[in-house]
Formats: sequence, structure tokens, C-alpha cells
Amino acid sequence: MDIKAIRSQFPILDQEVNGKPLVYLDSAATSQKPLSVIESIEKYYREYNSNVHRGVHTLGTKATDGFEGARDKVRKFINAASREEVIFTRGTTTSLNIVASSYGRANCKEGDEIVVTYMEHHSNLIPWQQVAKATGATLKYIPLQEDGTITLEDVENTITERTKIVAITHVSNVLGTINPIKEIAKIAHANGAVIVVDGAQGAPHVKVDVQDLDVDFYALSGHKMCGPTGIGVLYGKKELLEKMEPVEFGGEMIDFVNLYDSTWKELPWKFEAGTPSIAQAIGLGAAIDFLEEIGMENIHQHEYNLVEYALKKLSEIEGITIFGPLDAAKKGGVVTFNIDGVHPHDVSTALDMEGIAIRAGHHCAQPLMKVLNQTATARASFYLYNTKEDIDALAAGLVKAKEFFSNVF
Amino acid sequence: MSFNQLDSLYRQVIMDHYKRPRNKGVLEDSSLIIDMNNPTCGDRIRLTMKEEDGVIKDVMFEGEGCSISMSSASMMTSIVKGKDVETALKLAHIFSEMIQGREYDDSIDLGDIEALQGVSKFPARIKCATLAWKALEKGLQHEHDEKK
Repeated sequence: MDIKAIRSQFPILDQEVNGKPLVYLDSAATSQKPLSVIESIEKYYREYNSNVHRGVHTLGTKATDGFEGARDKVRKFINAASREEVIFTRGTTTSLNIVASSYGRANCKEGDEIVVTYMEHHSNLIPWQQVAKATGATLKYIPLQEDGTITLEDVENTITERTKIVAITHVSNVLGTINPIKEIAKIAHANGAVIVVDGAQGAPHVKVDVQDLDVDFYALSGHKMCGPTGIGVLYGKKELLEKMEPVEFGGEMIDFVNLYDSTWKELPWKFEAGTPSIAQAIGLGAAIDFLEEIGMENIHQHEYNLVEYALKKLSEIEGITIFGPLDAAKKGGVVTFNIDGVHPHDVSTALDMEGIAIRAGHHCAQPLMKVLNQTATARASFYLYNTKEDIDALAAGLVKAKEFFSNVF
Repeated sequence: MSFNQLDSLYRQVIMDHYKRPRNKGVLEDSSLIIDMNNPTCGDRIRLTMKEEDGVIKDVMFEGEGCSISMSSASMMTSIVKGKDVETALKLAHIFSEMIQGREYDDSIDLGDIEALQGVSKFPARIKCATLAWKALEKGLQHEHDEKK
């Protein structure tokens, strides 16, 4: 991978923040966008902005082709069996909410179980809490190991014949843990349950093949994988999606509308009420082209190298605690840590003065923070445009911050 | 810029309040308990207050958060203790103006609190500084409204 060439595609990286070159280590929150994505959006608005699926005029056709073309790119990217299985949404949160509100409520009843993990982002937890409350189903947690992983033995013991849904993250946004989705899917299916995967931190970083993983639902966000905000995907197996009721109603999603009832369009449009995020879908398509040209395997290898280096550099700093697996092979491009006696907000502000952007807080995973016995943590996250020099800057900034706060104390 | 600017944020007096917080704990005979948190970052505070005849007789805080939020809570409890409700609410308003970098009424001596003025230049941290004051306002305004 030619990092210099890749970085030159991201104009935002070429700037100073607080007098220092920007070191962007917050891609798990949102990734930066390459020129090709920015330009694809601009081109749409400049040249063929129009609504999709209705006008018979030329621009309308071009917009529809662009929008539906993006769907084909997503299908290929995650290797879905058909384009009907790819639903455009606002993002991972919306995708997961559709599954919970539609499939979850229709298929859970009192005595049933919904299985999750302690490492779920709030977006793959609260929708299930709500389904459990509404249906009388029980929410169960797969135990978390000391190193931030889960074991297949625990998965086997937690999932039972009463389990209807297993909702799990592909890659933890805090611990970085990569979960063995394929094996968990097997266990879920053997018990008659479906598996719903939060792929917000998975799809941007590792090759996803929904057929090989044999997942029933997979949710992802465009903005974490070099695309724009406001666009995401819900993948679902056709036979499941066909049986599901839409959660939003209105234009775009109907077939025939009568005075007292209506019928729905076929998949995937049944779940796409209203004018969709057209420019954003086209931007996501451009992002996928960009990622595929570099190759997901190459991106994953690059992040593996960065994580391995970061774990080594950070663990050399006295007083730093790292959360999650310490083995780079078990995790995505995320390193979460705390410095003894310095609150992560203070760490983050100090690093910001050095031009280094990290995230501090509970990372939308309050239950996990409780398990880790932390109120907040600092997180550095990497992507294809990050370099070892970025990590050197982070390590140097942390040493400086540590010294600063030990002096003022 | 760089770390020199950090000194303007983390003044000695702020770190002193963080390291040796005043009025930290839970008041046994409180008349008001206010819980407040900052959901975006996980900071949380519990204020326990004893208010009699419109005067804050005693106030303590307990919670978790960064140096800015905890030192601000320490300073807030120090200044409002013994003040009447009206003055305390006025101070909350003055603090809010100051922390946002606006012109503020300087007729009341803010003492240590003025050290937090530098926070106004760190927009991402303003919410940290205001947490304790927001809790105070919530508690006192509730009292205020009930008596109306």
C-alpha cells in the first residue's frame, strides 16, 4: 500500500490543528473522505440532481441509475446473493432499529430470549431492550473474558432453544475485538435463532461476505467507510425480509394505494419510504470503488500493522492501561486506554493541543464501561490513511500529557 | 499554541480544587438531592443541599468526571454555601456568561472561579465546567417555582 498516494486522496489530512500537523485518530467515530467521494457528490448535485424512481425525464433516469448502481456496488462489496437484499437506510442505527421493530417484535414473545454481548454499542442494545420490554422476551448477555473477547463455549451455553435472536457486533468499537461471527451464526442457527450483526466497525475494516458468514442481517454505515453521513445499509436474507412488515410508510414503498388499505412494493423498496439519500448513496458507491481498488485485505493488513505497533508503543508508557485484546490478530483498528490519574477528557484536550484527534468518553457503550469499571476511556482508532508516524506522535503526546498533569498536580 | 496553551486551561488553582476537592461527599440532612450527568461523556454529579428560609445553609457534591468538571463543582459549592437562593442563581448566570466568553457582571467577586475563564477558549470543554452549575440551577429553580 502506497500510504503517501492514499493520503494525497484525503485533502482534509493536509492541515495544521493548533499549529501542529493534524493526526487524525478518530476514524471509528467517522472516517475521512477521499476526493473521489467528495467529487461524486458534487457531480451529482451539479449535473444530475433529480428524484429517483419516478420522473421519466433524463436527469431522473441518471439519478436512478446512480442510486441503484450504488446498490449493486454494495451487493458485490458484501457478497449478498441478490440486490433485493440490500436496503438503503440512514445508517447502522436505523438498520438495526428496522430489524428490531419489524422482525424482533413479530417473532419474540414471553419466554423467548434475545442474546447480546456486553460489548454492544447502544445502537445494537437499546432496540433489543425495547423489543424485550414490549414482548416479554428476556435479554441475555454472553459473558466477557478478561481480555475483552468472548468464547464459543460461552456462546453455546448462552444461546438456547428459546433464543430467537442473537444480536452481536462484528468488531467492538471500544475493545476492537473481532467476534467469530461465522461460528456464532452456526450456533444460533442450530438453535433456530437468527443472527443480527452490527457491522459498523466491521465493514470498513475487514472483508465481509454475508453468504460465507451465513448471517441473517448485517448493518453498516457509509460514513465509517470513507462515504458520507446519512447513508447506511441493512442486509437481510431475502426469505426473512419478504415476511417482514415495513416500519415506515409513505411514498416510494407502495405498490397500490386504496382508500382503506395499500400494498407494498417488492424488495428492497418496501423498506425505503420517502425520498432516499440519493447523493449519499452515490457517495457510498464511490467509497466502495475506492476501498476495493486498494483491497480490503490490504487495508486489514495495514491496520493490523498499526495496531501491533500502537500496542507496543503505548504499553511502553508507564501508567497506561490498555483495554481489550493485546493481541493485534484478535482486534480491529482500535486501541482504547487510560492513563492513571488523568481523566480521558484531559488527555484528549492535551493531545488536541498537539494536533492529535482521539475520542474520549463512554463511546456509546455504557454497560461495557461498567464491566471495565471505568467511567470513560480514551480511544485511538486507525484507518488506511494512518501511519506509524501518527502513532509515534500519539505516544509522544501521551508522554507529554502525562508529564504535564503530573507537574500541575 | 501547543502545550503553553494548556497552562491557560489547567491553572494551578483548578488542579488544586481537582486534587483536593472542597465539599466533597454527601450531606446527611439535605433538603435537596440533584443528580445530573453529561450523557455525551459520562461525567456525573450528585449535589446534596440544605436550604432553609431561602438560604443555602450547606451543600456538597459527589461524582465522577474530568478535572474541569470536578474542580468546577468544588468551586461552585464553595462560593454558594451561605448565599441566598437569588444570589446563587445570579452567580450561576454570571458563570454561564463568563464560561461562554461573553461579557459578564463583575460586581461580585468570583474568587477562584475566575481561573475557569480559560475554558471559554476550549468549546469542547464548556459543558464540563457548567455541569455542577446546571445541577445547582435545576435544584434551586425547582424550589423557586414550587414556592411561587
